[in-house]
Amino acid sequence: MTRARLSAVCVGLSTSGCAGVQSIAPSAGAHTSAFNSLFVVFLVVCGFFYLLVIGFLGAAILRRRRQGEDGVPALFRVWVGLVSLSLVGLALASWLTDRAMASYGDKGPPVRIRLTANQWWWDVEYLGANPSEAVRTANEVHLPIGRPTLIELQSNDVIHSFWVPNLAGKQDLIPGRTEDIALLPRKIGVFRGQCAEFCGAQHAHMALTVVVEPEAQFRSWWRQQQAEAPAPRTPEQLAGMTYVTTRECATCHAIAGTTASASVAPDLTHIASRKTIAAGTLPMSRGGLYAWIADPQGVKPGAHMPYIGLEARQLDAVVAYLETLK
Amino acid sequence: MAVALVLLSACDREAREVRGKPLPETAVAAQTSQLFPAGGTAGPIDPRAKMYEGNAYHIAEGGRLYRQMNCVGCHANGGGGMGPALMDDQWRYGGRMDQIVASIDQGRPNGMPSWRGKLTPTQMWQLAAYVRTLSANVAKDVAPSRSDTMSATYPPTLAKPKPPTDSDPAAVKGPAR
Ligand code: HEC
Ligand code: HEC
Ligand SMILES: [Cu+2]
Repeated sequence: MTRARLSAVCVGLSTSGCAGVQSIAPSAGAHTSAFNSLFVVFLVVCGFFYLLVIGFLGAAILRRRRQGEDGVPALFRVWVGLVSLSLVGLALASWLTDRAMASYGDKGPPVRIRLTANQWWWDVEYLGANPSEAVRTANEVHLPIGRPTLIELQSNDVIHSFWVPNLAGKQDLIPGRTEDIALLPRKIGVFRGQCAEFCGAQHAHMALTVVVEPEAQFRSWWRQQQAEAPAPRTPEQLAGMTYVTTRECATCHAIAGTTASASVAPDLTHIASRKTIAAGTLPMSRGGLYAWIADPQGVKPGAHMPYIGLEARQLDAVVAYLETLK
Repeated sequence: MAVALVLLSACDREAREVRGKPLPETAVAAQTSQLFPAGGTAGPIDPRAKMYEGNAYHIAEGGRLYRQMNCVGCHANGGGGMGPALMDDQWRYGGRMDQIVASIDQGRPNGMPSWRGKLTPTQMWQLAAYVRTLSANVAKDVAPSRSDTMSATYPPTLAKPKPPTDSDPAAVKGPAR
C-alpha cells in the first residue's frame, strides 16, 4: 500500500465513527445531544486555555525576566482569576447537564421496556399499562419520538452492556441485578445498538435494531405485535407450522397463538416483521432464513441454536411458514 | 517436547465442536441396566462418549441445557425430586454415557419424558456429559471448578467420584476414557 493510500485509510477509520446508524456525533437522542453540548463547552474552554498557555510559554521564552525585577505583575492576577472562573464554569456546566439528563425520564408518560441480554441476543418485553398489553419480541425495539422510554436491563448469563450511541451512553447489564436507563429520542430513523462488553464468542454479533418513529406509527406497530401469529394458508405452510410446533424449535422458541411457548430463545411470533435475523447477523430475507435455519453454526458459530440438519423439504416448509409471521 | 505435549493435550479439553459430530437422526440404542426392562449386558461403550465427556465446552453446554430444559424441575441440581437423584452411584437404567443418552432419548416409564425429536443427539450427549459431572465421574480437568447454582456439596473438581455401583453389571469404574 502506498503512503497516501495508507493515510487515507487512517483518516477514513478515524472519522467512520462520526456518521450513520451507529454513531455518537449526530445526536438523535436528548441524552447524546446534552452530552455533546457539554463536550463542546469543554472543548472550547480547554482549547482556549491550551492556546493561551502555549502563547505564554512562547512569550516567556522571548521575554525572560531581567535581573532586579520583582513583585507579582498585574497580568498574573488576571490569569489566576480567569482560570478559577473557568473551572467553576465547567463544574457548573457538568452539573447542569447531569441534572438535565437525569430528568428526561419524567417528561410525559414513559414507554416501559424490559430488555434481557442473553449470549448472544436481546430479549425484549414491552410492559404495557396492564399485562394484556404486554408484547414480547427480540433484537429490535421501536420507540416513539419525543417520549421518554424507561428500560429495565437484566442479564441471563454474563455481563453485557447496552449501547445505542445515537441515543445515549452505555449501561452494563449484570446477572442477578436490574439496572435501568432512560432514553428520549428526538430524531426519526433506524439506529444500531451493540453489546459493548465482551461477552463471549459471538459478542460482535449481538446488535440491537432501534427504530424511532412517530407516535401513531409506534401505536400501530404495538397493536400489530400484540396480535397472535396468523394461521397457515397453504399445505406447505401448515407442514412448516407442524414441524416448528412439534419438533426441536418448540423446545426453545415461542409463537403466540400456537402450542410453541418456550422462552429460552427469541420469540418468533412476528419474526418476519423484523429487520434482521440473529441479532443483526443476517438481513431478514428468505435467503437469510434458509441460511440460518439450515446451519446456524455456520453463520454464527457457538450460538445457542443447534445444527439440526433439516431435510430440504422440511426446510422449505419451515421457511414458508416463518415468512408468514409478519 | 513436554511443553508441546501439554499444549496439545489442552486443545482436546477446550475444542469447541459446535455442530457435534455428524450423527444420524436416530439416537443410540444402548443396553440399559439389568435391573430394568431391557436386560442383557451392556455392549462396548460408544466411542462418542469419550469425546463429549472429555470436553469442557460440551459439559458447559450440557449444564446450560440442564437448566434451560428444566431437568432441574424434576431432578433438582442432581439431588433428585420427583425424578431420581443423578449425583449418586445408583442408576436404574445405567450410568454410562450412552445409557444416560438412551434414558434422555427414549424416556423412562415412571415419568421421564422422551426428548427424541425435541433435542438433537448432540444436545443429548452434552446433557449426559453434564449429568456425569454431577456424580464427579468426569476427568477433573474438564469439570467446572465451581457451580453456577447454589450448592451444599463440593464442586466436581473436589468431590470424590461416585462410579455406578457394582450391583449394576453395566457399571464402569471412573470416567469412560
Ligand atoms: C436449543 C434451542 C433452540 C432450538 C431447538 C431452535 N432454536 Fe432458533 N434460536 C435459538 C437461539 C438461542 C437463537 C438466538 C441465536 C442468536 O442470535 O445468537 C435462535 C434464533 C432463531 C431465529 C432468529 C430469531 C431472531 O429474532 O433473530 C430463528 C428464525 C430461529 N431461531 C428459528 C428456529 C427454527 C425454525 C428452529 C427449528 C428448526 C429453531 N429455531 C430451533 C435457539 C433454538
Ligand atoms: C417431568 C419430570 C422430569 C423431567 C423434566 C426430566 N426427568 Fe429425568 N426422570 C424423571 C423420572 C420420574 C425418572 C425415573 C424414571 C423411571 O424410573 O422409569 C427419570 C429418569 C432419568 C434418568 C435415568 C436415571 C437412572 O437412574 O437411570 C436420567 C439420566 C434422566 N432422567 C435425565 C434427565 C435429563 C437430562 C433431563 C432434562 C433434559 C430430565 N431427566 C428431565 C423425571 C423427569
Ligand atoms: Cu457482548
